[in-house]
Amino acid sequence: MIELQNIEKSFDLGRSFVVSDVSLKVERGQLLCLIGESGSGKTTTLKMINRIQEPSSGTIIVNGENILQQDPVKLRRSIGYVFQGIGLFPHYTVLNNVAAVPSLLRWEGSLIHSGCEEILEMVGLPIKDYGDRYPSQLSGGQQQRVGVARALIAKPEVLLMDEPFGALDPITRAGLQEEFKRIQRLLNLTVIMVTHDMTEALLMADQIAVMRKGQILQMGPPKELLNRPEHDYVRKLIELPRNRASRLEELMDSL
Amino acid sequence: MNQNLKEQLLLLPEYFQGHLTLTLIALLLGILLSIPLGVWAAQSPRIKRPLLAIISVIQTFPSVAILALVVALLGGKIGVLPAVIALVLYSILPIARNTVTGLDSVPSEVLEAAMGIGMNPQQVLVKIKLPLAMPIIIAGIRTATVWTVGLATLSTLVGATSFGNYIFTGLQTRNLVSVTVGSIAAAAMAVILDALIAGIQWLVENRNKSINSSKYNRVRNILVGAVLLIVVGSLSSILPRSEPDFVVGGKGFTEQYIIAGLLAAKLEESGFNVEQRLGLGTEIVYSATANNTVDIYLEYTGTVWANRMKNSHNPGRDSVMRGVFNHVERVDGMVSVGALGFQNLYALAMRKDRAQELGIDSIEDMIPVAHNLIAAGDLEFFGRPEWIALRETYGIDFSEKLTFDAALMYNAVDDRQVDLIVAYTSDGRVAAFDLKILEDPRSAFLPYDGILVASSSASKNPVFMGVIESLVGQISDEEMREANRIVDVNGGSILDAVSYLQSAID
Repeated sequence: MIELQNIEKSFDLGRSFVVSDVSLKVERGQLLCLIGESGSGKTTTLKMINRIQEPSSGTIIVNGENILQQDPVKLRRSIGYVFQGIGLFPHYTVLNNVAAVPSLLRWEGSLIHSGCEEILEMVGLPIKDYGDRYPSQLSGGQQQRVGVARALIAKPEVLLMDEPFGALDPITRAGLQEEFKRIQRLLNLTVIMVTHDMTEALLMADQIAVMRKGQILQMGPPKELLNRPEHDYVRKLIELPRNRASRLEELMDSL
Repeated sequence: MNQNLKEQLLLLPEYFQGHLTLTLIALLLGILLSIPLGVWAAQSPRIKRPLLAIISVIQTFPSVAILALVVALLGGKIGVLPAVIALVLYSILPIARNTVTGLDSVPSEVLEAAMGIGMNPQQVLVKIKLPLAMPIIIAGIRTATVWTVGLATLSTLVGATSFGNYIFTGLQTRNLVSVTVGSIAAAAMAVILDALIAGIQWLVENRNKSINSSKYNRVRNILVGAVLLIVVGSLSSILPRSEPDFVVGGKGFTEQYIIAGLLAAKLEESGFNVEQRLGLGTEIVYSATANNTVDIYLEYTGTVWANRMKNSHNPGRDSVMRGVFNHVERVDGMVSVGALGFQNLYALAMRKDRAQELGIDSIEDMIPVAHNLIAAGDLEFFGRPEWIALRETYGIDFSEKLTFDAALMYNAVDDRQVDLIVAYTSDGRVAAFDLKILEDPRSAFLPYDGILVASSSASKNPVFMGVIESLVGQISDEEMREANRIVDVNGGSILDAVSYLQSAID
């Protein structure tokens, strides 16, 4: 469970706010999409949850604990994080990338190996074929699978994702979205995912929070957003997937 | 094989070892110092700019000046220590700057990922930043390696053995074979060390990639062999060697090499183990003798009178010598053993035909035309009190004053590139190039009697003093000029000149 209460973030001692008065709650096993354009504060909001950024005010509770009172380094090891632009370590093999967090947690060697084996199998990159490769020897989709495996190996309950599929081609992206949704249900993960792609949000999220200028304009399940947009900006955001869907329908009918 | 080349190659093991040891110690210390400096600078922008600025300024100091300064700061100590310190100073810039550049070049998304999965700052540095910066850091180390091998040749000037011994001795004794051997050896060492580092880097980068394992193993075997050879080569020079009983010093020109050779030969005849430290700067050899690093060398009265005692007047040959003996003993605690008998005066010299053309016999005759003439002096002359004395005594100045290496100066006047040179009276090349020495009727030039100066510690040994004193008054102007001529003009070796002097003395 993740809960943000009245979170604010200013980079200029309060003259302007990148994030202002954001409150939200994600229940165990739910996936929340933060959507908005560049500069809307969605990525900053995400980064405050594992304290890559420190909030200026407000409270953040993860699994019942106020994270602002925890050691940030330990906190980050307990939360999975999938990065924008993937962020694999180029000088580590696939195996070593995935083993990074368990090594930091000082797991036993055999446990690390069996954990890596299991999680790489789950993301479709069997260790015997891919374990010794370097990130530069993988396709973009394969790299992001490694990124997901690295975030999940230490069995976090909470996973943060920053535009995880943004850099992938449409077919790879659709495949990974579906596969990730399966893994998320399987592991009962609580996920906050940042995206600027409304279609992605509608297809994957249990809840969608639309952000603009540091504030949440509307939050609710995909259906609610589609049927009762409360704001012009939200209406504009859902218009695009809506129009596309009806246009495609027309095309198929006309056959 | 050419006899000269053969003689030079016999020296190769000693010079190679000296050069390699200097280079490796300096590089190792440079790396140990520069990488932490670079890491420190990369983490704090407040430190980065001033630190890199200071390091860059050090780099712009002429290397010979740095060497001299280090020797002075160490209280006149010569040998490996000042050479290594100077070389380390020079190696800092490329390594530290590349460390900063390398660390700055790590992509921010990788750094964020490292932090995001829960690495603390030290782990980010050690596991992510340094490994990713390593190719750029190694490029800096390779630059530093090539520079250090090159600069190490200058270590000869402060009494540390290197390939510079070939180059400086060769330049002074007009032995181009020696200069060539030294240059090629230094270049080869630079290329080999650079290739070794590149090879090690290749091995490290490919250790996990099972590309072509037979190629990998072959490269590894070659590298391991080469590194072992180098380690053994440099280690054997660190192993305790028999300490010499006495160290004979010398400045960097032919006459000094010959007298040092003579002193060494005489001391060895008496059963002493002698080491020679040659090619030292004037200031360096003087202070090294004052602090007992050098035990005996040939000095000139005029040099001490003008440089150390800051005198510009000329009270006459005997008074100058008395004053110098007094200064050397009372002020600097050394022992002046006495004069060898010859002088090595500064004198103005011209081609005979040019002198005739201008109608010049003495410096006085030159007064009306001096401002049209081009003069050349050795590296120090125009900065010395003798030049001021000459200028003021005769009221002359030249249209151009060029500075040459002493060995090249004679060719310059012979080729008519300059009208006159500031020659040395004992130099065999004055006769060989058939130059006219201009009279000095107003005694502007100071007397330059060759005197032997001994360290206080060596002077306590009566056998040593007996050997040295037996040489006092034994070498005439003619004999010294002949000995110099054997080397500078006839292309003979220093040993040839030494045995000539020995037979002349006996």
